Amino acid sequence: MAHSHESNTKRIWVVFGILSVITIVEVIFGILKPDALYRTELFKLNLLNWLFIILTIVKAYYIMWAFMHLEGEKGSLRWSIVAPLVFLIIYLVFILLMEGNYVFEVFHDSHYKWLF
Amino acid sequence: MAATVTTTATTGKTWGGGNEPMGASYGKLMMWFFIVSDALTFSGFLASYGFSRFKFLETWPIADEVFTHFPFLHGVDAPMYYVALMTFILIFSSVTMVLAVDAGHQMKKTKVAIYMLLTIVGGFIFLGSQAWEWKNFIKGEYGAVETKGGAILQFVDASPEHKRVSLDEFAATLPTERVQKTRSNGIWFEEGATLGEYSVEEVIEGFKANPNLLVRTEVLNKDKQKTILSREESIKRLEDAAIVVRGANLIRNEYGHKLFANFFFFITGFHGFHVFSGVMINILIFFNVLLGTYEKRKSYEMVEKVGLYWHFVDLVWVFVFTFFYLV
Repeated sequence: MAHSHESNTKRIWVVFGILSVITIVEVIFGILKPDALYRTELFKLNLLNWLFIILTIVKAYYIMWAFMHLEGEKGSLRWSIVAPLVFLIIYLVFILLMEGNYVFEVFHDSHYKWLF
Repeated sequence: MAATVTTTATTGKTWGGGNEPMGASYGKLMMWFFIVSDALTFSGFLASYGFSRFKFLETWPIADEVFTHFPFLHGVDAPMYYVALMTFILIFSSVTMVLAVDAGHQMKKTKVAIYMLLTIVGGFIFLGSQAWEWKNFIKGEYGAVETKGGAILQFVDASPEHKRVSLDEFAATLPTERVQKTRSNGIWFEEGATLGEYSVEEVIEGFKANPNLLVRTEVLNKDKQKTILSREESIKRLEDAAIVVRGANLIRNEYGHKLFANFFFFITGFHGFHVFSGVMINILIFFNVLLGTYEKRKSYEMVEKVGLYWHFVDLVWVFVFTFFYLV
């Protein structure tokens, strides 16, 4: 048996509470769009979007650790799953967004029509 | 903690077979393999969505203005509430799934069955919600005009709030000889464009007859709002109009850039397909639970494995929610 037999029900409901609160906070911010965050840019992305992305990663952490039970797995298994994902996704996103931004600048500053 | 069943024969040979090197059974490890590769597939989709969005950053549609429907609230502007609800449904079905796994550890057959059933119901509700969301997106609301260059022109009134105006409210009715051609009309005729509700001329005539109307372009201004043209500019811009657009499909949509609809259909569609498969697998396992298969096996690990898949589907939705509706 991989796991002990005691019940984790309390932990499950706590995590559900955390995920719900985060989602509600996201929706509230998404509707209000406070200017202080929405109009301040950091690396081509406004602070509100940074906030959303960070909250999403927090949610992903709780889903993977509590629901998918990575917190109870061996460190080697945990790393084999998380490390490739983190590395490859950051790598892919970095390259594609840089390229997208470059193409945007070509459209914006050159003589092309906006759709071709 | 250590689940490794080390026998004397394999001591010193962790990877020699017969044991579980990472403390996870073969089935569970293979499920993780699948999840990691599928996660990368979804990352690829979402990253290419990001690529296209950065490419057309100045003209990308504002999601709040596209997804504004809520069941039974007609004509009420309710951005995001509906997807937030869908997110809750999926998170909650994840909770019931993990409760089923938990009950499985304690070998409580009835409890596992009940929680599995709740998870299945949650999955169906989510699928229904997604179908409804698609229906609204495809049907469209206000309608717009596409120019020869592929830009979308929408219509607003001249009040300070610049409320959106539907084509139905102003399009003129002109005597027309438009005929929907079909293959039976001619020998060589293969296919032709479907006649829309309105012709471009009808929209332009209606626009000219209503001095209260303005054109809204896709371009975002400094206030991160769509640019609204003056009356003269509007009429001039409408000369470029090529086709009347209502709703969305894979070729054009009334909300703005065509890639927006394409990515929406593709990514939420692919996710919905995963949810559907998840529900089907859950049903299978649910019946196995009822039949006592895992009771005989003295282990509910199979519930744990489908649970992993189900949580993964939830995980993907969390990201889709962020990148399609929030960011």
